[in-house]
Amino acid sequence: MPIKTVKEAINDALVQSFENDKNVILMGEDIAGGKGREQYQGTQDAWGGPFGVTQGLFTKFGGERVRDTTIAEAGFFGAAVGAAMTGLRPIVELMYVDFAGVCFDQMMNQAAKVRYMFGGKQKVPMVVRTVVGAGFRAGSEHSQTLYSLYTHIPGLKVVAPYDAYDAKGLLLSSIQDDDPVIFMEHKRLYMTSCEVPDDLKPIPLGKGKIRKNGSDVTIIAIQRMNLFAEEAAKELENNNISCEIIDPRSYSPLDEDLIYTSVKKTGRVIIVDESNPKCSLASEISSLISENCFSDLKSGVVKITAPHTPVPFSPPMEDFYIPSSKKIGDAAKELLNA
Amino acid sequence: MLDKDKLDWIYNKLFTIRFFEERIKKIAKEKSVPGYLHTCIGSEAICVGVMAALNKDDWISSTYRNHGHAIAKDCNLNQITSEIYGRSTGICKGRGGSMHISDFDRGMLGSFGIVAAGPPVVLGAALQEKINNGSKNSVSFFGDGAIHNGAFHEAAGLAKLWNIPMLFVCENNGYAEATATDWHLNTKELSDISKAYDMLAYRGNGNDVFDVFNVTKKALEESRNKQTPIFLEFKNYRFSGQYEGDTQLYQPQEEIENAKKNDPIKLAIDNAKNHNLTKDDIETYKKNALDAVNSAFDFADTQPWPKGEDALQEVYVNYPKEVN
Repeated sequence: MPIKTVKEAINDALVQSFENDKNVILMGEDIAGGKGREQYQGTQDAWGGPFGVTQGLFTKFGGERVRDTTIAEAGFFGAAVGAAMTGLRPIVELMYVDFAGVCFDQMMNQAAKVRYMFGGKQKVPMVVRTVVGAGFRAGSEHSQTLYSLYTHIPGLKVVAPYDAYDAKGLLLSSIQDDDPVIFMEHKRLYMTSCEVPDDLKPIPLGKGKIRKNGSDVTIIAIQRMNLFAEEAAKELENNNISCEIIDPRSYSPLDEDLIYTSVKKTGRVIIVDESNPKCSLASEISSLISENCFSDLKSGVVKITAPHTPVPFSPPMEDFYIPSSKKIGDAAKELLNA
Repeated sequence: MLDKDKLDWIYNKLFTIRFFEERIKKIAKEKSVPGYLHTCIGSEAICVGVMAALNKDDWISSTYRNHGHAIAKDCNLNQITSEIYGRSTGICKGRGGSMHISDFDRGMLGSFGIVAAGPPVVLGAALQEKINNGSKNSVSFFGDGAIHNGAFHEAAGLAKLWNIPMLFVCENNGYAEATATDWHLNTKELSDISKAYDMLAYRGNGNDVFDVFNVTKKALEESRNKQTPIFLEFKNYRFSGQYEGDTQLYQPQEEIENAKKNDPIKLAIDNAKNHNLTKDDIETYKKNALDAVNSAFDFADTQPWPKGEDALQEVYVNYPKEVN
């Protein structure tokens, strides 16, 4: 089976979607780079976005469907809403999720609400591909996750894949979905790889995944945090602590049943989220568990998150900011009195 | 010369909008109507003139001051009224209200409560038409206040850069909410803003429905032929306040009296003889419009309220039930 990086898997899903549906288009800053200019026809796509994820698409599908935009997120996000309502399936790239602020109106008040407030006749089948996450020494304005910002809004769906397999399967689904989907790609995961079948079927949105079966403690890990959860779980085997790792993959909708079933089995929960702690996915999932599994809990839900600060730049500070496998391990040992 | 059917339609719509707005203002004063109301008395010629130049299924976006656009786009008057009353048979099933009256089946992409939300959305519809070699026109309505908003500028820049045929239609009604246009403009003429994008721009008399119609029709053709966006500015006067209940103290009485000389309904009546319309024709238009308005309000009064739990519907196309 072919081994693919997350970056390649996303590119594959885009190519496949472009081939399968002529209504799929892509808009974003530098997604074609210099390729849009006549004198560069025939040369390699200049950028393919800052991480090179969309490289090759302009050459394969042309400038009508792969459109470089100006640095005008409100303009092309709003255009995606109008194009989606009238029959296209636009994918727009928000270069960093930190730029949400300059086009949040288009997502919060237009993409999310037109179907509801105009009587249910419209649908908005658009996908926002955006880059999230700390650990790149990229500073406070290029490192956030902001999962809960979009998850909070009714009308939007939010997906955050961990590995290449899920990235491809979930992106295929997101593009086929008739609702607006925020598809979050973690910059520190782009070059990680795993087996991805060429004929991978779309993975339904709202279905979580058990990454490791276990019996003592449930670790609910959000996107890149699965990496640390797996490291911690391996280490904890030495202490005879058996961890079950749940990757929800999709945050709106959220696979609550998968979470509750695991919590009922283990009675102990650690939620790991690299976002800021207040009104976060971690606090939301914690509250759902308290409401639905209170009598099954052997102790209080533990949250491991970033502190309530912006993402710092300097490596020692940024490393401190991001949750670690050690923190997860320590928390599990404390829960098990080990 | 316009044919009689077109003239009938134009005059009927002008009177319907005016009578509708007068009626809703009166009701808002006498008894309570839920929510915010933004009436468009003074905008009738722009609503009707632009729409007269469009085909029935062309795309438009409107704003919170949308009653006139919806009526001129041939939305069902009973359903419009029911929507304002918050009833289940409203055009948006009671989920929108006055600010969001919109019917996608009539080409209305939406009536947006956020200033300048419409231009990017219409750009997207126009882009779709261009990619699919479609034939529908795309028109975004917005007020003079919107020209300072980034979303307008971003849409204008992309539309020009991508050679997208569409119309940016600015209703320059003298006020951005409570702030006078002559105070907030940086340029001599509002439409000068289009120069930043090397975009064609035309101005028309927003009080003269026939001028609005002619300017729009010509612009639609030119926009399509040249594959380019065009900016249209129609000046008129906002006799209504920003919202119903606005004291309008910032609008000088003298200014209002002067504006009345160019009231779009008065101008249309004055113009009638140029179109071979008689006084009887005008009386018939008025009577038909008033009858339609009366019956729409009678209809809305009898309509059922939605159930509270109807609020849960149509947030998504698909969402797992257990978590909705």
